[in-house]
Amino acid sequence: MSENPPLPRAGAIGPDLVEAFGPSQVHGGPELVQLLSPEGERVEHPEFALDLGDDEDEAIKGFYRDMVLTRRIDTEATALQRHGELGIWAQLLGQEAAQIGSGRALLPQDFVFPTYREHGVAWCRDIDPLRLLGLFRGVDQGGWNPNDGNFGLYTIVIGAQTLHAVGYAMGMQRDGIVGTGDAERDGAVVAYFGDGASSQGDVNESFIFSSVFNAPVVFFCQNNQWAISEPIERQSRIPLYQRALGFGFPGIRVDGNDVLACYAVTQAALRRAREGSGPTFVEAYTYRMGAHTTTDDPTRYRLSSELEHWKLKDPIARVRAYLTRNGIVDDDFFTDIEGEAEKLGEHLREGCKALPEPSPLSVFDQVYVDQTPELAAQKEGFAAYLDSFETAPEGALSR
Amino acid sequence: MTKITLAKGLNAGLRAAMEADPKVLIMGEDVGKLGGVFRITDGLQKDFGEDRVIDTPLAESGILGTAVGLAMRGYRPVCEIQFDGFVYPAYDQIVSQVAKIHFRSQGKVPMPIVIRIPFGGGIGAVEHHSESPEAQFAHTPGLKVVTCSNPVDGYWMIQQAIACDDPVVFLEPKRQYHADKAELDESREPEPLFGSRVVRQGSDLTLLAYGPMVKTCMQSAEAAAGEGRSIEVIDLRSLSPLDMDPVLASVRKTGRAVVTHEAHVNLGMGSEVAARITEECFYALEAPVLRVGGFDTPYPPSRIEEEWLPDLDRVLDAVDRSFAY
Repeated sequence: MSENPPLPRAGAIGPDLVEAFGPSQVHGGPELVQLLSPEGERVEHPEFALDLGDDEDEAIKGFYRDMVLTRRIDTEATALQRHGELGIWAQLLGQEAAQIGSGRALLPQDFVFPTYREHGVAWCRDIDPLRLLGLFRGVDQGGWNPNDGNFGLYTIVIGAQTLHAVGYAMGMQRDGIVGTGDAERDGAVVAYFGDGASSQGDVNESFIFSSVFNAPVVFFCQNNQWAISEPIERQSRIPLYQRALGFGFPGIRVDGNDVLACYAVTQAALRRAREGSGPTFVEAYTYRMGAHTTTDDPTRYRLSSELEHWKLKDPIARVRAYLTRNGIVDDDFFTDIEGEAEKLGEHLREGCKALPEPSPLSVFDQVYVDQTPELAAQKEGFAAYLDSFETAPEGALSR
Repeated sequence: MTKITLAKGLNAGLRAAMEADPKVLIMGEDVGKLGGVFRITDGLQKDFGEDRVIDTPLAESGILGTAVGLAMRGYRPVCEIQFDGFVYPAYDQIVSQVAKIHFRSQGKVPMPIVIRIPFGGGIGAVEHHSESPEAQFAHTPGLKVVTCSNPVDGYWMIQQAIACDDPVVFLEPKRQYHADKAELDESREPEPLFGSRVVRQGSDLTLLAYGPMVKTCMQSAEAAAGEGRSIEVIDLRSLSPLDMDPVLASVRKTGRAVVTHEAHVNLGMGSEVAARITEECFYALEAPVLRVGGFDTPYPPSRIEEEWLPDLDRVLDAVDRSFAY
């Protein structure tokens, strides 16, 4: 047997949970945790204090920069799709605060399981945004090593990654890095998914597994109100965060356009997970301001007035208002970030076109760790076939 | 040397794998205190603890999906699917995740997961307990698929599958679990996992089988010998990849081949095997490669399963048809 301490077992639903997240959250209470209003006013929340370390202003400036650059990645990639350089792009416009707030709450030892829209979280994990484009350009199916930066590959099957997250968290329990009290070592997992995914069996199974095994997982659901054309009302009759209690762990609804609240709530949930108190469901209440992907046309199913309403809650504008109003930054700050965004855009535009084309023969190489004789023979046959052309199909052999 | 059943062979093999590598985990429904409904994991939780022999919630997709995460964390999960017909809730995780993650990650994330599935019929069970879904997994790139037909293979093959860095669907002929005993000599070097094996020499016709049909085909060959026909029997053992060299060598010698399985004939393993034999041995064939298997119906109620399943007479009938060419 392992020398690890016994795994924490799930406790009864009762005072523990109430203590951890306060009666109002367990029982419904004031739904939305908010620390920065849409107008850029700091507000306090009785249960979630903002803990940004020694220099709060510097941290908030950092969030602003992260969000602006993340939005730039998104608009640049959207433009690359329009120019035919990407086959498709999944836009995150409007979800910058949810992703940066939660992403910046992570510690290096935590692990992330993303959907295909977590470009802002990838940014927080130091994944070169250029690497994100490979999947959408069709040159690869995941251009980064999940173990560098502890950021899993994008997962397109809706909700499948939530189970991977729970399994990974169960592995962390077995490795003895949960609830030891060592802040440098104790880790947790964040599973990202959306409101549409909340209907998937896998997501519900992941809730059950995480609950009964008390796994250190934060379920971070970006409820952006739309699953392609289907509104949240088609997925749930109750606020999503309220589902958590039925599975035996706390659920919180946070203003998903408030980067400070997303940071504070995710940080609390992660701390809870790392200390061995089990999973938490965070519903980041936000809005998909763009289309589902570049192939989608939201004008067919939703009113533009809805978008106008949500524009007033823009996640970036409110931080800018806060920084300006409180004299934390001057104009140079914004000019510098604009300059950075320009450079990032250039990096993406030029880098995208320079992404190496895969060789047709490379398809055979990573199907297995130990390639089968059958595949080796197929590869050989295909290579001979390609070589048999007097004039090779353009680029086929040079690749 | 001790004589053991297939169930004991698998149990001992699992135990040996768990002793050899602390990263090996067993996951499944009722695999703990109960030891599995077929007792294949009997006593393992007692000796290795609840953290390594995990009674999971009753959710097959959950079992495979969490196994993916555990594998990413460096573990080697051995997932038990209680019965063949219950694997389908996990089908998406197996086909879209387990099979593809190594490819999708460009080789950075291996998936050393074993999916144990008791398969096949003949035990008088209710529906969904007697199916043979092997072709669905053999058709999936990224998976390897093997099946054992006897206690000694069970002991070695499960250990080899667990040691394999690729995901392996491991099919166990449930009707053989507690049937025949065989002598296990642990000092003997095991044969390669992904190899087929000639289990009876012959010169007139090649009979191909795997899992539960190996015994049936051995009996068929014995009966045919009484009629003066010399039949070679090959246990395919590995369904993906297929080890065709011994098969092709045999067919070049005999000129005739019959492929058998319990699974439906249409697009079953026999179709692939027949195609490959035809492609490679066309001029050596005296007759078309024939297939014997389950009919293209759902698995029947158990009172008629013995008629539905290919048996000695149905195999010999195909042998006769082959010789009639």
